[in-house]
Amino acid sequence: MLYPITTVHYLALSAALLLIGTAGVLARRNIVVILMSIELILNAVNINLIAFSRHFQNVNGQIFAIFVITVAVAEAAVGLGILIALFRNKETVQADEIELLKW
Amino acid sequence: MLTDTLLFYLFALITLGGGILTVTRRNAVHSAISLIGSLIGVAGLFLLQQAEFLFAVQIVLYVGGIMVLFLFVIMLVNLGQAARERQFNKQWWLALLCVAAIAAELLFFLRRGIQLTAPAAVRPSMLGNTETIADVLFSEYLLPFEIASLLLLVAVVGAVVMAKKRI
Repeated sequence: MLYPITTVHYLALSAALLLIGTAGVLARRNIVVILMSIELILNAVNINLIAFSRHFQNVNGQIFAIFVITVAVAEAAVGLGILIALFRNKETVQADEIELLKW
Repeated sequence: MLTDTLLFYLFALITLGGGILTVTRRNAVHSAISLIGSLIGVAGLFLLQQAEFLFAVQIVLYVGGIMVLFLFVIMLVNLGQAARERQFNKQWWLALLCVAAIAAELLFFLRRGIQLTAPAAVRPSMLGNTETIADVLFSEYLLPFEIASLLLLVAVVGAVVMAKKRI
């Protein structure tokens, strides 16, 4: 079961990486680490796409992974810009101390 | 075949270990460096799956671009105080519960899909991976490609507007 590497192995690895990223997003307080965990989740998606691209011998999965990377870049740039603006106004990077919209 | 297996487990170990360190480290710089390790592991997995172009993109874009951006921001905002405070929020047990639920679900479906066999050998048409990608990207996916460039433009403008003190 462990020896010949099949597509399922890649899917299991991708699932594990997704779970680690989800735990980071949900449980951490530091917004920088939350953004890094989002990158982990997107990478898990990319592993999945590449594994299926290989499995079906179809290049469309790799194209989709390129688009996922593009969106990840845009997300990181805007997210970090928002973080800088937030830090300038609130002097904090802890997610649970930003509670302006809470009642 | 044996080399492939060993390399898969090596890269999987790097990827998952880096991911766990990213989520658990107190210092954000340590997290960022662990994330770099994890991303390099993912790049190695891309190479194992014969996605050479994505391997290069992953190294250049993620490790060279996004992570440098992260490190710059870590140095711009003062994280010294954040490192001394509590690292996990009060609902961390609820977060772990959600993760366990998703894990059970994924495990169930992975066990059902276990009959997926080893991938077939690469056909000659898949040779020249970068060429194949370019062919498909610039013909079939031309409109999404242009929209992606527009998205990047919007992201650049948005990041500048957000980060600049006064415009």
